Amino acid sequence: MQISLKDWVRSGSPWIWLSASAVAISVVLVLGLLGLIASRGLVHFWPATLQEYTYTQTQDLQIQVLGEQVQREEVTAEQIRNSGIQVAEGVDLLARQLIKVGNRDVYGSDFRWALENQLSNLNYPTYATSFERREQGNFYGFILGIKDQGQLVAEQEKGSNQLWPAVTERLEKTLRIHQQIEDLEKGAIGSINYQLEELRLDKRRLELKGQATPENLAPLEAKQAAMQADYAQLETQLRTLYQSLATSSLVVVTADGQSKEINFSTIVRAYQPNNMSLGQKLGHYFAKLWEFVSDDPREANTEGGIFPAIFGTVMMVLIMSLLVTPFGVITAIYLREYARQGFITRLIRIAVNNLASVPSIVYGVFGLGFFVYFIGGNLDKIFYPEAAPSPTFGTPGLLWASLTLALLTLPVVIVATEEGLSRIPRSVREGSLALGATKLETLWRIVIPMASPAMMTGVILAVARAAGEVAPLMLVGVVKLAPNLPLDTNAPFLHLERKFMHLGFHIYDVGFQSPNVEAARPLVYATALMLVVVIALLNLTAITLRNRLREKYRALDV
Amino acid sequence: MNTQTTAPAIKMADLGRKTQQISLEQETTSIDVQNMSLYYGKTQALKDISLQIPKQRVTAFIGPSGCGKSTLLRSFNRMNDLVDGVSIEGQVNIDKTNIYDKSVDVADLRRRVGMVFQKPNPFPKSIYENVAYGLRIQGINNKRLLDETVEWALKSAALWDETKDRLHESALGMSGGQQQRLVIARTIAIKPEILLLDEPASALDPISTLKIEELIHNLKDKFTIIIVTHNMQQAARVSDYTAFMYLGKVIEFDNTDKLFTNPSQKQTEDYITGRYG
Repeated sequence: MQISLKDWVRSGSPWIWLSASAVAISVVLVLGLLGLIASRGLVHFWPATLQEYTYTQTQDLQIQVLGEQVQREEVTAEQIRNSGIQVAEGVDLLARQLIKVGNRDVYGSDFRWALENQLSNLNYPTYATSFERREQGNFYGFILGIKDQGQLVAEQEKGSNQLWPAVTERLEKTLRIHQQIEDLEKGAIGSINYQLEELRLDKRRLELKGQATPENLAPLEAKQAAMQADYAQLETQLRTLYQSLATSSLVVVTADGQSKEINFSTIVRAYQPNNMSLGQKLGHYFAKLWEFVSDDPREANTEGGIFPAIFGTVMMVLIMSLLVTPFGVITAIYLREYARQGFITRLIRIAVNNLASVPSIVYGVFGLGFFVYFIGGNLDKIFYPEAAPSPTFGTPGLLWASLTLALLTLPVVIVATEEGLSRIPRSVREGSLALGATKLETLWRIVIPMASPAMMTGVILAVARAAGEVAPLMLVGVVKLAPNLPLDTNAPFLHLERKFMHLGFHIYDVGFQSPNVEAARPLVYATALMLVVVIALLNLTAITLRNRLREKYRALDV
Repeated sequence: MNTQTTAPAIKMADLGRKTQQISLEQETTSIDVQNMSLYYGKTQALKDISLQIPKQRVTAFIGPSGCGKSTLLRSFNRMNDLVDGVSIEGQVNIDKTNIYDKSVDVADLRRRVGMVFQKPNPFPKSIYENVAYGLRIQGINNKRLLDETVEWALKSAALWDETKDRLHESALGMSGGQQQRLVIARTIAIKPEILLLDEPASALDPISTLKIEELIHNLKDKFTIIIVTHNMQQAARVSDYTAFMYLGKVIEFDNTDKLFTNPSQKQTEDYITGRYG
């Protein structure tokens, strides 16, 4: 049957096709984005095979190169010739590789580009070892010997591996000591420092009040003395631990024969990727992944984990939700239920809607000027004069960041709640009023519960917006590296005045501000993936909550 | 008049009810409306209405759409207050107090004058909580008292047998007719003196309608009931007294039998015989 184009257009099918293809394109784009981030980010934790080549730079300069192949690309011969390297006539395209050679302290840089035709004798040395170090990035090389107290106690040939058990054993021991040191510093010593600081502030407070009499000061000083004694004891403990760390070191050699001594205390992890079974590789992979989500960052954020950033992001979003929900809901209830609808309410609605389109950095500036300097500064003057001149709340921190974002997301919550309130059928409200309920009782018992799914929708949108926001946070509380989490075991446990780390800012910082952008790039992808996952989880929680509410307060079909 | 030539549309005997010989003058008054006018902005919706609604009887308001039946009904528990721009003149006295007096507590008034609406409007709560709502509002949280009242109200609304096993399930899962009876139960649970029914059966099927009518019949010993209805047969079936309203005025108010069989006004007769409306 022949259908004319006109009929086809009139039947509406082109629109169905158009909208369906728009959906398809969106889905493909989103999946592509997630796929790209995930593949780039997650590959980073896999123990990459170490390749060794002979690299012929010129006829008489040949060196051995050991490293991970990071990237391979084709370049035009023209481009290579222009950079002064001889290329045979008739060749148009050349392949080149980016090799991560590590050993920054030896070579000066972690990466090296090499044309494939200059690489020869590719092999995969079984006992090539990767060392993840606390500083200077990875080291790739071969183990030659172990030194205790500066004395060589064991030695092996470059091609053999008999020292490996001894190496792993010593490494485990140092890692254990490291863990002890960390526990001590973060736990007991951190806590004592915190309490000492509190004591100092208590004393200062007394001084400011003019009550710094010896009787008043005596108990504080006694406490202080006791704590300092504790502290001294812990410090000796710490010193012994540090001394026991520095004893053993490892003699290693790079592929091109430069030997090097690495202290065990500087090694985080040592492994021989070419000598690992699939199971070991998987184990390594998940260990690295776990380290990434659960550990503190190292080396200017380019190594280690992002736990403080995850924690900070979640914390900030939760506090923001707690702040924005009551504010937004109360505002919406007033606007919709109590205020007389007229010119002024219309003006307020327009203003609220416009607030949603103000660039976020403007909120950041406002937060800094109003919350941090004005409110925070005055809070300090009134409540924390003893800490002056160092600010307590008069400096960017978690509370101010959450408040700024709460302000930023307020319009979303107001609009969604108003929408929800307007959808509660009049008949149900009248039913409640006719039973002798006052307006407030009707609101509280009927209308608000029924509108709660809409409020949750507002919160979901607010969370989605807030979790992804970075620009204003840089002004009001996010830092590159926060020494302490905003939640810890020292009373009052939640430290709203502290600065915190944030995944969004972490991405920016690692990707563009770190000393070694190339090495950190996979981490940028991994962190981005983590941010997406965190936002998705936060949203999923809120959506589950909303669906449960929706089920409970299913509106009438009127 | 010419009542002999045009037979009334409704024969009371066909509806299966006994003719009542009581007259308005002998009744005790429950609601005394005096010269009441009501305006929506500048439009006058009720025009100088005076009416004495008898106690513990069923009074029906009939009349064509837009004649002000519902408006009049809603002015008895001040539901019209919720509409912007409403102003009222005259008096509505219940127990010798003008309910539009400034000293009257509207919530308290609505507790004494309950109302059931055209469409069932149960709250999105359990059946039990729907019926207990009015009591909880009054601060009654005594479990035993609530249980007793809920049972009494549901029994009075002839709903107990159907719901006793699922009191704590959502009320929204009930059928329309059940929902409407639940709303009635909810209203009588707070034991009002007066029950206002605003076309309570117009959204229901015939069987549910019948149940509601039976219910009205059973409840009239305890409450003063005022029902607004579009359905003249229904008015004839359930009410003792009927007021016919037209264009914001009460044209005729009389014993139902009398009004349907022997109306004194031409307009009433025209309406009940189906000439207009």
